[in-house]
Amino acid sequence: MSDAALRLSGIACARGGRLLFRGVDLALEAGASALLRGPNGIGKSSLMRICAGLLRPVAGTIERRGQIGLADERLALDMEEPLRTALSFWARLDGADEAALDRALDAMALGPLADIPVRMLSTGQRKRAALARVIAGGAAVWLLDEPGNGLDDASLGLLGTAVADQLAGGGIVVAASHQPLPMTAPIVIELGDHLAEKAA
Amino acid sequence: MKLLLLLAARDLRQAWQSAGLWLPVAFLLLVASLYPFAVGPDAALLRRSGGGMLWIAALLASLLPVDRLIAPDRDAGVLDQLAVRGIGDELVILARLVAHWLGFGPALMIATLPAAALLKLDGSTIGLLELGLFIGTPALAALGLLVASLTAGLRSSGALAGLLALPLAVPLLIFGAGTLGDGSGAALKFLGAASLLLVAITPFAGGAAIRAGRE
Repeated sequence: MSDAALRLSGIACARGGRLLFRGVDLALEAGASALLRGPNGIGKSSLMRICAGLLRPVAGTIERRGQIGLADERLALDMEEPLRTALSFWARLDGADEAALDRALDAMALGPLADIPVRMLSTGQRKRAALARVIAGGAAVWLLDEPGNGLDDASLGLLGTAVADQLAGGGIVVAASHQPLPMTAPIVIELGDHLAEKAA
Repeated sequence: MKLLLLLAARDLRQAWQSAGLWLPVAFLLLVASLYPFAVGPDAALLRRSGGGMLWIAALLASLLPVDRLIAPDRDAGVLDQLAVRGIGDELVILARLVAHWLGFGPALMIATLPAAALLKLDGSTIGLLELGLFIGTPALAALGLLVASLTAGLRSSGALAGLLALPLAVPLLIFGAGTLGDGSGAALKFLGAASLLLVAITPFAGGAAIRAGRE
């Protein structure tokens, strides 16, 4: 995991024919973290999808080393399945064993909910389930889109611990949020400074 | 290969849970039991036209589950999560094709037996019908999946799916129903060719459609 890296240079993104931002640079080596900030609609999620390789930037280059783990606003868990079963599908795809999944459930305090169908979970519990999938997957590069949404103070603390563990293990964390997150010394990117009009 | 099995098993489980597996079967039986009411109980007429009618029913039954094949997983982010793991969209579609056929082909072939009895078909016609369906249902499954990936994310995708699928399904219907007539050997070969073509194209075309829809 220690050779993980994520480098963006001169990234520009257009959605629906409109240039959202441009000139975003970022270089993260093992153990480094970044926080994307900015108001709604400025393109935080789009930049996340660019980092994940799901969206092509209109300009700029991106270089990834290490497996990506993404937690975005969509849960991608089977609603009718019990939480643990739904998560274990992804854990098996990620090559994670049962013990890793149990640790991830504990890390997000989801152990008591393991047998509850996913559709019964609350907003915050669903967010924690998505984070547990990322933790269990053991990916080197975590991309967390609004990870704090719907989380209470205790869960935010759990998130902070999980992020700190990931960084201590030589991983990379990129989080997008409009609210403060419990991350120590991330590289902050204010997308507002990269607006297409201003940069022109 | 293990990945393919894992994906297909999950797709099959999803289809089972959404009760989508019974819909084509019920539809086929419903049509077969309504048809004699419409054309009358003339056994000779039923026997002559029943086989082709069952092919139409099978074709339309294959369009029923189209809206749950791709769109729900696309909206839930499942397809994106798979892509982030470096799993090709082609493989995802291929796994889905395997699961979709397993959930739909054999069930339709079994349902054809009581349906054929309702239409007074004789033994050799039933045999040809089952053989034709065995060759043709993978193509019907592929066609449904292809159309589902092309229309995922569009509004009123159900109606559009029908419009897109029907022209492509015409060869299957011609060759499929043709196997029941005289000189059925050539029709079976053409049905096999059409089936192979659709099954081979679908993972690539469907994968490309999903990738394009992601932008």
